[in-house]
Amino acid sequence: MEFKDWTVASAAEAMRNGEISSVELVKALIAEKNARDGDIQAYLTFDEDGAIAAASEADSRRAAGDTSPLLGIPVAVKDLINVRGQPCTCASKILEGYVSPYDATVIARLKAAGAVCAGRVNMDEFAMGSSTENSAFKTTRNPHDLSRVPGGSSGGSAAAVAGGEAVCALGTDTGGSIRQPASFCGIVGFKPTYGRVSRYGVTAFASSLDQVGPMTKTVEDSAMLAQALFGADPHDGTTALNPVPDFASALRGASLKGLRIGLPREYFVPGTAPEVTEIVKAAIAKCADAGAEIVDVSLPHTEYAMAVYYIVAPAEASANLARFDGVRYGHRSEKSDDVMSLYCRSRAEGFGQEVKRRIILGTYVLSSGYYDAYYGRAQRVRTLIRRDFDEAFGKVDFLLTPVAPTPAFKVGELQDPLSMYLNDLFTIPASLAGLPAISVPAGATAAGLPVGVQFIAPSFADAPLLACARAFEDTMA
Amino acid sequence: MSSEGFDVQYVARLAHLELGDDEARRFSGQLGDILKYMEKLRQLDVEGVEPTMHGHGRTNAFREDEPVQSVDQDLFLANAPERTGDEYRLPKIVEDA
Repeated sequence: MEFKDWTVASAAEAMRNGEISSVELVKALIAEKNARDGDIQAYLTFDEDGAIAAASEADSRRAAGDTSPLLGIPVAVKDLINVRGQPCTCASKILEGYVSPYDATVIARLKAAGAVCAGRVNMDEFAMGSSTENSAFKTTRNPHDLSRVPGGSSGGSAAAVAGGEAVCALGTDTGGSIRQPASFCGIVGFKPTYGRVSRYGVTAFASSLDQVGPMTKTVEDSAMLAQALFGADPHDGTTALNPVPDFASALRGASLKGLRIGLPREYFVPGTAPEVTEIVKAAIAKCADAGAEIVDVSLPHTEYAMAVYYIVAPAEASANLARFDGVRYGHRSEKSDDVMSLYCRSRAEGFGQEVKRRIILGTYVLSSGYYDAYYGRAQRVRTLIRRDFDEAFGKVDFLLTPVAPTPAFKVGELQDPLSMYLNDLFTIPASLAGLPAISVPAGATAAGLPVGVQFIAPSFADAPLLACARAFEDTMA
Repeated sequence: MSSEGFDVQYVARLAHLELGDDEARRFSGQLGDILKYMEKLRQLDVEGVEPTMHGHGRTNAFREDEPVQSVDQDLFLANAPERTGDEYRLPKIVEDA
C-alpha cells in the first residue's frame, strides 16, 4: 500500500493485524514528506527522531496488549497547538524559538489514545487568514495545483493530508479555518460544536469562536479523532458537560433516507462561482436520490454575519494577543530603552500585517465611545443569527450549503483584505452560532480543483452530523 | 457609528503597537473600508435583543480548588527573552527619585 492511501481507519486496522508497525508507518510518512514537501511546503518543523521514538513506544504498548484506538497513528499538528518540547510559533515571528512547556489538552488526549504527534504544519499567522499566505515563514501550496493556495488558516493541515504527506491532521476553526481549506484541498474538515473540544493549550485567537477539529481523508477518520478529542476539561471552563457520543455506533448504517435537509436561500445567491454552484446542486440531487427530503429554508440575517464576525473576532483577538509583549516569551526588540517602547517595538517587529490590522480594528471597536456602536451591536446581531438557525432547525435536521464562493484561488490573487474576508461568507454564520459543521468533498471543477459542500447541524448534534456526512460520502462514491 | 475621524496612530498606541508612517497610511485606508462595511449593522433594530457572548450558554464553571502538580518553572523561564535566576529581566520601570 502506498503511503498516501492510508487512512486512520485502515492504518489502525493494519497495525492491529500486525501488517505494519507504527515505526514503519511513521518512517514512510517521513520519506513522503521529504520527497513532496519541497513543492507543497506544508510543514514548518518536524522532529523526525521524536516521532520515530513515539511510534516505537506505541509499538511497545501494542506488544504489551494495549488496544487504544489511535495507537501508533501519526497526526500532523497545526502550529498553534502546544506539544510539550516542540516549537509552537503560530506561524509568527513573535514566537520564533518558543518551546512549549506543556501539552494542550487535545494533545494529551490524542497521546492517551496512542497517537503520535508527527510534524507541525503551516497556517496563517495566529490563524488570521483564508489562504495560509499570512504565514511569516512560508507559503503553502495546494497539492492539486501548486500555483494555488490551500485555503486557510489551517492550510498546512489540509495540504499535508491532501498531498499524501500526512495520514490526518488537527486544525482549528474560528470562522471557517478548518472547512474552507478542506474544501480547497478535497478532504474532510470537521468543526465540532463550540465547547465540545478543549481550547486549553491552543493559542487563542477569538475565544468565543475557536474550536479544534480533525482534518482527514474520510468522515470515519474524523469520527475516530473526534472520539478522542471530545470531552469536558477542568482546564477550560467553556467545555460542555454533555456526555460524549459513541461515534462508531452513530456511523453504523448511516443513511440519508428520510433526513430533512434544508437549503438556506441566502447561501444560493449570485457571486458564487458557477462551477461551485453546479457541483453543490449536483450534490443536492444525489441527496434527494438517496431519499433525503430537500426543504427550502431562510436564514434572513446571513448578510450581516460577516460584519458581526469582523467585529467580534478582532475584538477578542486584540485582547488575547495583548500577552505577546516581549516580557515572558517570544520576540523582544533590541531597540527598546524603557518598558513602553519594549512592548510597542517588540509587537511591531514580531507581528505581521494582517495581525496588526486586526489588533487595531479590534482595539478600535472596543475603545471608549465606540464599544456600544460596534461590539455591543455585533453581539446583539449575533443573537439574531443564532435565532435564525434555531428556527430553521425546527423544520430540518441539517443544512446543506457551499463551503466557499470559489475553488482555490491563485497565490497572490487576493490583495485587498476585504475581498479575502469574503471567502468566509458561508462558514462564518455557523461559527457565530457555535454550531457543528463539516466540509465533505463533492466533486471537482473542469480544471481539477476540489469543491466541498458544508453540512451544518444543531448544537451538540455532532454525531448525527458525522453520520449524515458519512452517508453523503457513500452516496458520492 | 462612523469611521470618520479614525485616528490609526491613536488606536495603535492603545494597542501598544508602534506603526511606521507608511503602515499607518495603508491601514487607515483599509480599516476605513472595513468599518464602512460594518455600517450595514445599523440597518437592524436590536432594541431589547440579548447579546450573545459565547457559542453556548454554560456559565460559572465551578470546580474544587485543589492544588495539583504544575509544570516545571524552569520550562517556562527557558522561553524568557532575558532572565536573572528565577526572574524575568526587564528595563527599569520605576523612575529614579
